[in-house]
Amino acid sequence: MKCRVCREPAVIDLRRHNANFCVEHFLRLCRDQVAKAIAEHYMFSPDDRILIAVSGGKDSLALWDILLGMGYQVDGLYIGLGIGEYSEQSVTYVEKFVKTRDVNLRIIDLPRDYGYDIPSGSRAAKRTPCSACGLSKRHLFDQAATEGNYDVVVTGHNLDDEAAVLLGNTLRWQSDYLGRQKPVLPAGHGFPRKVKPLVRLGEREMAAYCVLTGIDYIVDECPKAVGNKHLGYKEVLNLLEAQSPGSKHDFYAGFLARAVDRFTPSENETIDDRPALSPCTACGAPCSGEVCAFCRLVERATQDVPVKLGPTAKKEPTSL
Amino acid sequence: MKVELRNPNRTLEFKGTMSVVALLNRLELNRESVLVIRDGTLVPGDAMLAHEDHIEIRSVISGGHS
Repeated sequence: MKCRVCREPAVIDLRRHNANFCVEHFLRLCRDQVAKAIAEHYMFSPDDRILIAVSGGKDSLALWDILLGMGYQVDGLYIGLGIGEYSEQSVTYVEKFVKTRDVNLRIIDLPRDYGYDIPSGSRAAKRTPCSACGLSKRHLFDQAATEGNYDVVVTGHNLDDEAAVLLGNTLRWQSDYLGRQKPVLPAGHGFPRKVKPLVRLGEREMAAYCVLTGIDYIVDECPKAVGNKHLGYKEVLNLLEAQSPGSKHDFYAGFLARAVDRFTPSENETIDDRPALSPCTACGAPCSGEVCAFCRLVERATQDVPVKLGPTAKKEPTSL
Repeated sequence: MKVELRNPNRTLEFKGTMSVVALLNRLELNRESVLVIRDGTLVPGDAMLAHEDHIEIRSVISGGHS
């Protein structure tokens, strides 16, 4: 196989582009696709202060590397989830990445800083681990961006992530979620601007970017995510992709071009229909009730759980 | 050739030479879901793998969703 650009030996075949690439031109393709996504969706400008959410996985580390290479000012935020060995290992990949680059990294550790971890938070709040994790991350990213006066929060969601979420939302016709599934969530009501510059790149490309640039990342899957619906949707989409390369891109890009606006409320409807938000009485974050969902989760996860005593059989005195 | 797979971690051995695509077909793996790595770099679908090669097949699928 030859590189489509220079005819040198290729290292990767991208069937959806019907093309093969050498190392140099594959890396250029990744950077060009990120640049195109940023420009196409007006994500941010070179003067903006950017906060990237990093996990130690391939997507966020590759994206951080690409944005730094493009000259953006990007600080990192890592959240330790307390998921045993998985969390212990994932932070080491982030620290290793930072060591060789002149960047700022903030680490928030749920067990150390908030007194709970995802497994216990999930049980206490009666949420799935992925739901407790998502809630915690969203709240802490928003809070860190607001406190740090960042212009935008960047996440490593890629084309596969977005196509899988779209499939899930479409299967259940979750119109509220469909209307919000854009690569840019504008700032407002106390929430920071959030953007996804990897929406034009799949996760196979991001893993390849890391291998080819020598970025070490945590390869093992989060043990709490194994077998979840989201991974099932990705598997289904990859079966379609194998039969018809380009399907994932066409599904998501077509949705953005021709359907998402049908689910997005107009400006007036948004203002009228959105429940009034007020500051959480515990942390000050905008929320629709008195106390935000994150503070409720922390409270439940950290309070002493009373031991329920059931009826016990009377012990017969034993003779010696 | 020795072939390392993850989740769960295991090593398989195959005799003779074969292409990357043939190996993935034999393992019933989707090309869209994995990378094939030899000596620290990627190998494309039509590359031939030799008997003495040490290969890693790395899944690229990840992520939970709330």
